[in-house]
Amino acid sequence: MATTWVAKPGEEAEPSIFKPLQEAVEYVGEFGVFTARIVKGIVTPPYEFREFLRQLDSIGAKSLPLIALAGAATGVVLSLQTRDSLTRFGAKSLLPAVIVFSLIKETGPIITGLVASGRVGAGIGAELGSMKVTEQIDAMEASAIDPHKFLASTRVLAAIVALPLLTVVADFCGIFAGWIATTLAEPTSLRLFLSNGFRSVTFDDILPPTLKTSIFGFIIGIVSSFQGMRTKGGTEGVGRSATGSVVLSSLLIILADVILVRLIIEFF
Amino acid sequence: MDNQSKSSIGVKDLKKSFGSQKVLDGISFELGEGKVTCVLGRSGTGKSVLLKLLIGLEKPDSGTICLVGVDVVKSSITELNEARKKVGFLFQQAALYDSMTIEENVAFPLLRHLKQSDSERRDRVHQLLASVGLDKDLAKLPSEISGGMKKRVGLARALALEPTAVLFDEPTAGLDPMSAAEIAKLIVDLRDQRHITSLVVTHDLHTARSIADRLIVLDASKIIFDGTLQQFEHSSNSFVTQFLKDAA
Repeated sequence: MATTWVAKPGEEAEPSIFKPLQEAVEYVGEFGVFTARIVKGIVTPPYEFREFLRQLDSIGAKSLPLIALAGAATGVVLSLQTRDSLTRFGAKSLLPAVIVFSLIKETGPIITGLVASGRVGAGIGAELGSMKVTEQIDAMEASAIDPHKFLASTRVLAAIVALPLLTVVADFCGIFAGWIATTLAEPTSLRLFLSNGFRSVTFDDILPPTLKTSIFGFIIGIVSSFQGMRTKGGTEGVGRSATGSVVLSSLLIILADVILVRLIIEFF
Repeated sequence: MDNQSKSSIGVKDLKKSFGSQKVLDGISFELGEGKVTCVLGRSGTGKSVLLKLLIGLEKPDSGTICLVGVDVVKSSITELNEARKKVGFLFQQAALYDSMTIEENVAFPLLRHLKQSDSERRDRVHQLLASVGLDKDLAKLPSEISGGMKKRVGLARALALEPTAVLFDEPTAGLDPMSAAEIAKLIVDLRDQRHITSLVVTHDLHTARSIADRLIVLDASKIIFDGTLQQFEHSSNSFVTQFLKDAA
């Protein structure tokens, strides 16, 4: 006997086993439309220079201490961990080069991306989420101001510009801290350390990995803005948006890194 | 609605649902120019949704919406934004930008839409704030001022572009009686002094009585009363009589 499903008041007419799939497709579709809108907002005038500079300060300058510290800690750990292994294989003289290459080619960029996704992603997700639930975004739209362009495009562009600059800082701090850790174990001059470390480094080793963090910045900006601007459900929703921004942008950064490393190896 | 004037605001056969919940079902009305129209109804009857539909923040399921002569549903975003510049909106919690000071909040629409020198803009902001009874603490952030002050700042911001109409979402909700009376007086002043058309969504019958030229009552997704205050007081509609009894 066929089962007849009878809808109660307030329920959907038919229960759908495809609902989660439908929601996932809708999410991806909305994300695509949002991304196109933000990119259009970045490239078309009028340009929001003042808000862009404000966001560059918020995303870039205010992340500097954390990124510098993360870079320095990475340099120290690399020095401590690698020294022992290289000594075993009689290649201790390669320590500066290992630290420099490791930092500039991968560790510096990925650490910068992940640390920024935590600080910047949560910040954007929570700030825009809070603006959404308190109707500030609606107020902007009701005043004939495009909130996507003013709030999201500026943040995405600021993240794109800030991430490579922060990566340079992370690399510098990592190499310097790596030298300090090295010289504490076995005194070495900074000049000799840098000379050995950078001996075979070319621009192709520095530029592509550093510039790839622009894509990390784009991911952080676009994901967190999207999460923030679709916040629902009061303060709990703001919390969800902040968490979602960090989790999703970190995940996408790791996935993008795999693809970008392959492309860099292929083309540089 | 068929022959819309440049300043007309109204809806025709408007329907809106969220999922299976019907919020508005075939609503039609047109606002009188230079008049204050109050929309009354219980909480959750779609009053705020109606305002958001009018300004284009929500999309209707069907029906026509006219905002200062522009078809909100069919118009482009550029046309809609031109219409939005002519209509102010005071949100229930004022929706002030919390990273900006009071002065910056009011200056924001001016900065975005008008070409003015800094001194012209500053003068205009001070004039707007003075018109709602605020002339000090302009450098304070929204978090540092009271609910009544927030509403007044929100109103000054809504009036910045010299709109022909203003939409008010629960303008007196959460305010003490004195602050509520001050806001009500500002709405009446806008009508009497500037001939501004106002649509006020509220469940505060006391405020509605003091400001309304016309009352619209919403219940169960439909308009159940549309008339003057006098007609409202003498209505035989069971919901209206109960509403009056509860408010007494």
